[in-house]
Amino acid sequence: MGAVEKQQRTLATAGTWEYAPSIESREIVTFEDRYGLFIGGEEVAPRSRSWFTTVSPSTEEPLAEIAQAGAKDVARAVDAAREGFDAWSTWKPSERAKVLFRIARILQERARELAVAESLDGGKPIKESRDVDLPLAAAHFFYYAGWADKLEYAFPGRRPRPLGVAAQIVPWNFPLLMLAWKIAPALACGNTVVLKPAETTPLTALLFADVCRQAQVPPGVVNIVTGDGSTGAHLVRNGGVDKVAFTGSTEVGKAIQRELAGRDVPLTLELGGKAANIVFDDCALDQAVEGIVNGIYFNQGHVCCAGSRLLVQESIHDQLVRKLKRRMSTLRVGDPLDKNTDIGAINSKAQLDRIVELVESGTEEGAEVYQPPCRLPEKGWWFAPTIFTNVAQSHRIAQEEIFGPVLSVLTFRTPDEAVEKANNTMYGLSAGIWTEKGSRILWMADRLRAGVVWGNTFNRFDPASPFGGYKESGFGREGGRHGLEAYLRFE
Amino acid sequence: MSQTLALPRSLELPGGGRLPRIGSVDAVALEARAAELAKRSIKRESKVFALELAIRMMDLTTLEGADTPGKVRALCTKAMYPDPGDASVPHVAAVCIYPSLVPVARRALKGSSVKVASVATAFPSGQAPLEVKLADVRAAVEAGADEIDMVIDRGAFLSGRIGHVHEEVVAVKDACGDAHLKVILETGELGTYDAVRKASLVAIAGGADFIKTSTGKVSPAATLPVTLCMLEVIRDVHDETGLVIGMKPAGGIRTAKQAVQYLCVLHETLGPEWLTPDLFRFGASSLLNDVLLQLRKQRTGIYRSPDEFTLD
Repeated sequence: MGAVEKQQRTLATAGTWEYAPSIESREIVTFEDRYGLFIGGEEVAPRSRSWFTTVSPSTEEPLAEIAQAGAKDVARAVDAAREGFDAWSTWKPSERAKVLFRIARILQERARELAVAESLDGGKPIKESRDVDLPLAAAHFFYYAGWADKLEYAFPGRRPRPLGVAAQIVPWNFPLLMLAWKIAPALACGNTVVLKPAETTPLTALLFADVCRQAQVPPGVVNIVTGDGSTGAHLVRNGGVDKVAFTGSTEVGKAIQRELAGRDVPLTLELGGKAANIVFDDCALDQAVEGIVNGIYFNQGHVCCAGSRLLVQESIHDQLVRKLKRRMSTLRVGDPLDKNTDIGAINSKAQLDRIVELVESGTEEGAEVYQPPCRLPEKGWWFAPTIFTNVAQSHRIAQEEIFGPVLSVLTFRTPDEAVEKANNTMYGLSAGIWTEKGSRILWMADRLRAGVVWGNTFNRFDPASPFGGYKESGFGREGGRHGLEAYLRFE
Repeated sequence: MSQTLALPRSLELPGGGRLPRIGSVDAVALEARAAELAKRSIKRESKVFALELAIRMMDLTTLEGADTPGKVRALCTKAMYPDPGDASVPHVAAVCIYPSLVPVARRALKGSSVKVASVATAFPSGQAPLEVKLADVRAAVEAGADEIDMVIDRGAFLSGRIGHVHEEVVAVKDACGDAHLKVILETGELGTYDAVRKASLVAIAGGADFIKTSTGKVSPAATLPVTLCMLEVIRDVHDETGLVIGMKPAGGIRTAKQAVQYLCVLHETLGPEWLTPDLFRFGASSLLNDVLLQLRKQRTGIYRSPDEFTLD
């Protein structure tokens, strides 16, 4: 019995199966024409008397007018938080836990509304806001609700006490989820907060103000001030804050650090990243391809821990890149409210300009660029999923954070070289390792200077797991028991 | 580095190329990908396309000890005219039956292009001597089967006698003559996706035209992740050798919604070229009427009573 002669079948020319639009209804969410500031439990007009417009990045359509908080508004919010703290910090911890549980439940009940709002204001695909942002935001409140009356057990013998008023500044990539990461542990520890959402994505934070009212959060415990970078600067400068927590760019993080120098205000920073996603030749290839795609194209690559540098073992480079390119051609770019959309809109014109500039530098410096054919909508801000091959460590696209759907592919030969290249960056937020060998994952994780190391997966989050950076990716940890420590002092 | 397949000579693929490395499958990530694809939201005209395609891809199946000529004749009529009230509904791809009933089906389907598929090789266990299995295949082919659905010897596979499994597939393929060969892996008995991947490659190396998940007699039968796993093997084989292999999930697919999910997995794994009954089949006994019900809903906007659809 030898090999059997076989009629070679050939493939017919491709038919097409276009998926009809499947649009999530936006009727579920109504925006006010104008949103003031949320201070002391009520909506107030800004004393600055200035307003700005928030638009949908996928259509450039204006969604609402938003208050621009000035120095006086920020001071008023900090005062309200101080007043709120005097009561809130004396509440029975189990009563504080109830409030957090109520917030979590309401987030779940209003999940669809908030998901649609998030996609409209930020441009992310509805499948992500629906399946990732909202469930995780609720999970954070549930998780920290559980800690509220168990702080003595989290830190045995150390008498944990709240810090006071926490100034919290969150970015535009995960507006509501980052709000949850900040507010949940702060409140659980007995602090009150003044939160500043990002200029381009204030809407879900303002809807969250309504969630707070529904959950009977006492006045002054959660205050929300909207505005641009100057509002954030006023907040950091305000002498009444006892704690600053910032998530955003490394540049602004450094400015905050300078501002706080000499002041006795604890700081946590969660900044940029340029994560290495390291693929060994013995990995499960097709699943690694999925992980790479999830690592860099999730949320249009607007992810601080995105796996933006792909380090692939040279022996499988060609095969992997071929698989990756084919997979990229199935990514669906378009209307964030379409349930089948994989990649939504770039968050702002400014961000799009930055991505374009860096991608141009990549081509100029000699890297090879590939984008699958895809139709981009005419209105709004869009960028096709992009991959660069033939990238060297010295290219800007291998060093600077692009914060867009752009992947740089580099190669390595041995595990030692992989570690060396992975660590050769100013950042250190996350890393991924793909191999069948469990022992190699542990060996690598010991040597990688990154706050989070994923093994055979990427971009997985859980409220119980601490998250934070090394080097210029910041310091302090959010999530888990570690996340409590940032909002406590010990007597 | 990449592993090589521990198989006897004859491993060279008929296409002339070499098998892709066996590689490995990560179960968690595979299942996550399948779950993600299952969330595709297929509406309106794209749903009608999928439902009609699902009918054209269906191997309408009866594999019971109680099967009779009367039962098989009725099944054949249903296969040719799934919805007697609507002539625009296409016929199914094939009927799938036991070898003893092939002559009945052959006569009943005369003049139509519905194919006759017969299970063989001591279906469903595959636990019989090779000569018996080959006689089973030859009898079915002589009686007029267009397609043979064989089972691999899972006992041999699980005890490490991979070469034995391969030789059996080669022998059965030889006995098939012009009939198309579908090789059933019975994935529910293989235990891991790694084993499914390896068995798929062995079946393809042996000459399978199609690889098929299950007999329908073992639970779990077809699942979305196991189908994805096998489609990825087919994709690798095509990449490396140019060979075009078909896929047949069978067992446990009962609703139109499930069928559409399988088609999404197929579409986004192998591309639109694979959206044809020549390269993809559903093995199912009770799926058809739900697809008909949904199709009529798409066309008329109304869910009709299940009683309006014939039970054969």
